[in-house]
Order: sequence, then C-alpha cells, then structure tokens
Amino acid sequence: MSFLLEVIISLFLLLGALFALVGSLGLTRLQDFFMRLHGPTKATTLGVGGMIIGSIIYFSAGDNALSMHELLIALFLFITAPVSAHIVGKAALHRQIACEERTRNIPWQQNGDD
Amino acid sequence: MLQSVIQLTMFIIALALALNLWRLCIGPSLPDRILALDTMYINAIALLVVFGMHEQKTLYFEGALLIAVMGFVGTVALSKYLLRGDIIE
Amino acid sequence: MTSFARKKVFPHKLLSLFMLGVWLVMSNSLGFGQWLLGGFLAWAIPFFTQSFWPQSMVMNKPWLAIRFLLLVLWDIVVANAQVAVLIMGPRQKLQPAFMRIPLELKQDFTITLLANTISLTPGTVSVDLQMNEGYLLVHGLHVTDVDATIAEIKSRYERPLKEIFECSNP
Repeated sequence: MSFLLEVIISLFLLLGALFALVGSLGLTRLQDFFMRLHGPTKATTLGVGGMIIGSIIYFSAGDNALSMHELLIALFLFITAPVSAHIVGKAALHRQIACEERTRNIPWQQNGDD
Repeated sequence: MLQSVIQLTMFIIALALALNLWRLCIGPSLPDRILALDTMYINAIALLVVFGMHEQKTLYFEGALLIAVMGFVGTVALSKYLLRGDIIE
Repeated sequence: MTSFARKKVFPHKLLSLFMLGVWLVMSNSLGFGQWLLGGFLAWAIPFFTQSFWPQSMVMNKPWLAIRFLLLVLWDIVVANAQVAVLIMGPRQKLQPAFMRIPLELKQDFTITLLANTISLTPGTVSVDLQMNEGYLLVHGLHVTDVDATIAEIKSRYERPLKEIFECSNP
C-alpha cells in the first residue's frame, strides 16, 4: 500500500474518531437532556461515517477490488440516527424532563398563553 | 504507520465509550440513559469496523451491521415503552 | 381490500431500484446471479406488500433532488464542525430554544424527510410532530434569533422538498 493512501486512510480514521469523541463529550458535558441530544445524533454519526470511508479505502486497496459493503452501515445509520433521536426526544417531552432555565419556548410551560 | 494510527483510533473510541458509560451511570433521567445506550452502540459499530481493519478481516462487517439494526430497534422499543407503557400497540 | 386484478406490477419503482442497489452493495459483487436474485427480491417484496403502502412516492424533479442531496450532505459536514465547536466551547453561553415550525408539506413521507434533514443539520433536532395542529417542534442548541432560524429552515429545506415531491399535485 502506498504511503499517500496510508495518509488518506489515517486522516479519515482520526477525523472520524475525533468526531465520535466530541459527540460523546457533548453527551457527558452539556447541561440538560435536550442539549445532550445534539451531540450523539450529529457528531457520532458523522464520526462513524468517516471511519467507514477509511475502511472502504483500506479494503479496496488491500484486495484490489472495490469493497463497498461497509457503506450500508453508514447509510443505515444516517437514516436511523434522526429517527431514534426524534423518538427519544418525544419520550423526554412526554415525561417533561427538566430543562435549563434559559431555554426559550418550553412547550409544557406555555400551553396557557397560546 | 497505519497500524499505530488504527490503535490510536481504537483508543479514542474506547475513551468515547467510557464517557458514554459515565453518562449511563449518572443518568439522571431515563431518556438520558437511553440516549447513552444509543450512543454506545454507535461507538461499538465504529470500534468493530476499526477492529476489522486491525485484524485485516471483513468478517466483522456482519457483526457491525447486526448491531446497527438491533440497536436501532432497541432504542425505539425503549422509547416507545416510556411513551406509552407498552411496546406493541 | 384490493383485489388482485388492481395490483400494479411495479407499485414502487424507486423503492425497487433502491432495494436492488442495496442488495448489490451488500453482496459485494456484480455477478449475474446477484443481479437475478436482487432483481427478484426488489420486485417481489414491494409487490406482495403493496397493500400496506397505499401512497406511492412520485419524484417530479430528479435533478433538483440530487442538488438537494448534495446541499444536505454539505450542510451535515458544516453542521458537525459547528456543533463540535459549540460543544467544546463555554457551555454557559449556549442559548437553547424550542421552535415551532409551521408545515406546508402534506404527505407523510415528505414530512419524515424534512424532520430527518432538520435533525442532521446545524444545531437543530426535531423532537415532536403535531399533525393536527400542523407544526414540527424543533430544539435548537444555540439559537440567537428564533424567527430567522425558522425562516431559514423553511426556505432552505422545506421549499425544495415541496418542489421535488409535492408540486404537481397541489
């Protein structure tokens, strides 16, 4: 495998891993549930996407044949991640999880005004 | 070089998994824990993909795909249970 | 009950094409047998389940759809960089807000696409859909101007979707 190819694969892997780490950091660090929802749905999904691109290049170059089936995982995750975020958020809304004070337009507090 | 980058990647993902585990333990609410589990399975997929590269086998792909499918179903089932108190309506 | 005579041979052409593509990618080969098996499955599954899927999806402007897909992919990358910066930055300065986005879209499939797009792009996650009141509840991680954000989502994502899928049958 050529050196340039190794550098490209390493870049994708490290970028993906960093995004996954940032998503998990957001899950740990932010204050209320709805803010935590943002980290995993975006950063982690893109992180897995980056690592999968790295894996596709690695196996395609190693076997000298295009190996695309990892792409299915990325496709599936990009379809399901918003759906699971939506339904977890819906469950949290239903239970009226405590929000940060400064959140505007909290739905269950303004039912009276409109 | 690539082998050490792969090991570094695995280390970073393991760190992310540890952070998720911390969130899973401290909660504080049930949706938080579901979200932590959800993130954990996505990170587990990433770990499996990178581990497949480490071992130079495509075998682990099937495992990763299965985790992706089952994890999604699990998240939806748990949330559905919180929403309705029942999974299959 | 749909009678057998009224069944279409290809009820969902795009879905069939998509299934064939997924099959070929999954089997990781382009051999003749895979084309045959994938083609059979891509025909048989939509055909025998068509009574569960009454709405057929019509795509009016394929080129616009490709442009929209590229726009969304680009936005996903940008959104991730932005959210990463927000997460690493000082958390006391974040201004989270709930927003109600009034919907012009009518079909279930298009609304699903819109909600998914919103969840994957800059700092917003769709959390609830009120079909009878016709709005989508969206949570934003860091929103400085609520009305401007709503207007941007409507012009950037809802209008192309409406043009692609719903314009010909108003």
